[in-house]
Amino acid sequence: MRQVKKKGVRIGALAAAALFALSACGGGSVEDATETNEEQAEAAGGDCGEFNILVHPWVGYTADAYVVGEVAEEQGCTVNYVELKEGGPSYEALASGDGDVILEEWSHAEELAAGIAAGEVVDVGSPGNVGIIGWYVPGWLAEEHPDILDYKNLNNYAAEFKTSESGDLGQFLGSDPTYTQYDEAIVKNLGLDFKVVFSGGETATVEAFKKAQENKEWLIGYFWEPQYVHAEVPMKRVALPPYEEGCDADKAEVACDYAETQLKKVARTAFIESGTPAATLVQNFSWTNEDQNLVAKYITSDGMSPEDAAAQWIADNPDKVEAWLG
Amino acid sequence: MATITETRPVEPGAPPPVEPETRGVPRWAWGLVVVAGWIGVWTFTKGTDTLVLGGLDQTGLHDRLSEFGASLGDSPLTNGVGDTLEAFVDFFRRLIAVPTPPRPAAEIGWLGVVAIATWIGYAVANWRIALLVGLSFVSFGAFGYWEDSMDLLVVTLVSVLLTVLIGFPLAVWMGLSRRAARYITLLIDLLQTMPTFVYLVFVVILFGIGVPTAIICTLAYALPPIVRIAGFGIRDVSPTTIEATDSLGQTTWQRLVKVQIPMARSTIILGLNQTILAALSMAIIASYVAGPGLGRPVLSALTRNNFGDSLVPGLLIVLMGIMLDRTTTAASQRSEVVARGGGEDPRRRRLLLAGGLVPVAFAVWYSRFELDAAVFPELGWGDAIADVSNRLMESAVDILEPLTSAFRDAVSYGMLNPMQELLADSPWWLSFTGILLLSLVIGGAKALLPTLICLSGIRFLDLWHDSMIVLNMTIVATVLVMIIAVVFGVWMARDSRVDLALRPLLDAGQTIPAFVYLIPALALFGSSRFTAIVAGLIYAAPAAVKLVADGVGQVSAGAVEAGRSVGSTKWQEIIKVQLPMAKGSLVLATNQGLLYVLAMVVIGGLVGAQALGYDVILGLSSSEKWGKGLAAGLSIVLLGIMIDRIARAAAERAGAGHQARERAFRLGGWRPAIFTGGVR
Repeated sequence: MRQVKKKGVRIGALAAAALFALSACGGGSVEDATETNEEQAEAAGGDCGEFNILVHPWVGYTADAYVVGEVAEEQGCTVNYVELKEGGPSYEALASGDGDVILEEWSHAEELAAGIAAGEVVDVGSPGNVGIIGWYVPGWLAEEHPDILDYKNLNNYAAEFKTSESGDLGQFLGSDPTYTQYDEAIVKNLGLDFKVVFSGGETATVEAFKKAQENKEWLIGYFWEPQYVHAEVPMKRVALPPYEEGCDADKAEVACDYAETQLKKVARTAFIESGTPAATLVQNFSWTNEDQNLVAKYITSDGMSPEDAAAQWIADNPDKVEAWLG
Repeated sequence: MATITETRPVEPGAPPPVEPETRGVPRWAWGLVVVAGWIGVWTFTKGTDTLVLGGLDQTGLHDRLSEFGASLGDSPLTNGVGDTLEAFVDFFRRLIAVPTPPRPAAEIGWLGVVAIATWIGYAVANWRIALLVGLSFVSFGAFGYWEDSMDLLVVTLVSVLLTVLIGFPLAVWMGLSRRAARYITLLIDLLQTMPTFVYLVFVVILFGIGVPTAIICTLAYALPPIVRIAGFGIRDVSPTTIEATDSLGQTTWQRLVKVQIPMARSTIILGLNQTILAALSMAIIASYVAGPGLGRPVLSALTRNNFGDSLVPGLLIVLMGIMLDRTTTAASQRSEVVARGGGEDPRRRRLLLAGGLVPVAFAVWYSRFELDAAVFPELGWGDAIADVSNRLMESAVDILEPLTSAFRDAVSYGMLNPMQELLADSPWWLSFTGILLLSLVIGGAKALLPTLICLSGIRFLDLWHDSMIVLNMTIVATVLVMIIAVVFGVWMARDSRVDLALRPLLDAGQTIPAFVYLIPALALFGSSRFTAIVAGLIYAAPAAVKLVADGVGQVSAGAVEAGRSVGSTKWQEIIKVQLPMAKGSLVLATNQGLLYVLAMVVIGGLVGAQALGYDVILGLSSSEKWGKGLAAGLSIVLLGIMIDRIARAAAERAGAGHQARERAFRLGGWRPAIFTGGVR
């Protein structure tokens, strides 16, 4: 028993020595680092305070958030990234002050209207990105059967799209339940022999398209731009009857393509009125789909951390960043 | 998060299984009659009255539920509670986890935290635990997740503290009054089977996002184990002891404080242990509402389809679970020993503890000004492991994918689809009657009423078709679980080396957050119902395997010996002796398998299983859809209760009675899924 205890003491002493060795490789003192941080904040013009960016779970949005966040930190703001599902929870966060801004709002017109009516949020224009939603097929399929890119020919191929999930019909892969989609109505109203099977999330949809291109599998589904996977997996959009104003008014009667969406920035009213450097930045922030896809590619294909990816883009695009600072 | 604790025998003293009375027509024949009749009517009526509801459609009932949700705004009370929680947690986070700018590190740096934690490990248990705690804490930093780990630890411990404050009085009340026990059981059953995603939005509306919501959700999920297990422990104190002390003329209060609580101490600590693990299993769900902790990196890696990056923090959650589990278990053992006057020399121990404070104080002081002792140096271990895992996964997927696709199709076309046609494509009244009759056949008259109530409820909630799809998936998954459980369970029981090799794998399957294996599962099986079944299998099979292994292992050597003496082969020995005698365990394993699989329904919605899981996630998306999500959540609860009641009635018939069941969970080797911290 005594023997065991001695051994324990020895192991403990050894472990403690190792820890101190690890912690004393001369990284400087906490005080110095604090002073450096303070100086940086002062140099940037002082009081910005806390800046809470809501981050929705897709990579393009991560790119928006971290580029804005990195610039704001240079302005002396303390940036918090609040990761949250879009829709209801995000608007609750804006109302309660837990979040300051949504940088990429695709839809949620009801929540937005209610928030504006209550004076809680304001629409601060577009981040410059255009959202394109549509029906896509993997590149190999578009090459081998070019006529598939017209919805009128889809029924000729319906049998090829059959899977274990779709019964006697062809499978149309729907997406994350929280995204704007009315494919069930489109399929029904255009008389297509397809069944909408929901993948359940972005992860699942992306995996499906990657796999389909790699193994030359038949796949048609809901997809969108900007999205980083376009850089890795070629995809082609299938033409539906073109969108006309109001053709998607009644969700059950939709028989046309999705509208191109000017994405929106939505901010907390009091935050915008505060006039801090962060508020100015949010109001001026605008870039293109290519910009966003590039940063998203840094994060996914090149495996960079979101911070590093954003810093890289900021370093390469000083003019654009300059224009945001107002 | 079921069993990090080692599994102990399930039913040591249980009576041997009683063969059901076989009068007239055997039960299975009645079952066949019902199914045949069902198929007969189905041929003429299939496709009518199936109550299919489109993925985004909802009914008037769902609209009314949504309106009800929207009418609940925040109030000064909930705001106050939210703010207090936030401030309380914030204090601890700034103390050990996150920096307060411009200071680059938390108040106490990592070295100080490691020293304090190690000291606590020794103080509550022994030096082995101290070493385990110290190493775990260093791993959190070495793999690159120091801040997130400390955040998770703070949120978990604060939630557990609140859980105990609320739960212990409830447990005592439950232990004292049978009537209270009935109502409280009903409430905690509901809390545990209801998928957290369903009330997530609701809690967000009341308490805002971030820390308060994370804590309230964790609280709701971690409360049941302590109430149930501690309540059971207090009620279960032997009546002779109570009579003996009652004869001395004690008051109820004295009896409670002097006899019942002390005698139930080990059970109460077991409840605490299970509460901690349940709280930890909420790590990822909490991150859905911006709660701090290790769930954050798991989720964000998931959006980037980066398996390796989600695996590392996922494994650290498991490590934290093992650490907390072992520490509380050892602490309870020590308290038992000390209570009996054993253990080491107290004076020597006190000296060691006091002496230990000196290096701890030094480490804390040092970590406040030396940057490398404050902010954990980047070692890059986590990234290295993530890279290797990604490459391993890719090559494994390349090799296995053709096989797995074929297997998926075989099960889907061979089992899932035909059964789904019968269950979900029958008119609702036909499935309703069919299920009701089958419950009578399987569980007897005792199962009939609960089944009737649950089915009526499901019909009322307007998601009948989706519920039938889920019921079908649950049944198919359970069949697969039982095949795995019998094969591996028997193998483990017969060969202790196999047992030793498989147990850690089983523990891992039960504790690793499901979100971590979604990416490889999707790569192997695509988005389909079968992928959801695979997720269910990984979670449910370990519990069932352990139950079967323990059950078969309990079959008396005498019975096996007797079989051998009449010259039965190894095969006959398994089929004729071991399996029949472990029948009770088999029935329990089936029950658990069903409920564990059901706990994964919402996760299934994320990988293409459609139906109720999809509806629940849809409910998160907007205030208009919340009602449909709520209805789906309630349907899952009703399915769970129905399955549980039928299986329970069947278990009682098979001789694995209530006693064995309660005994099993009192011993703490495993918990029924209805008590578990599944990562749903």
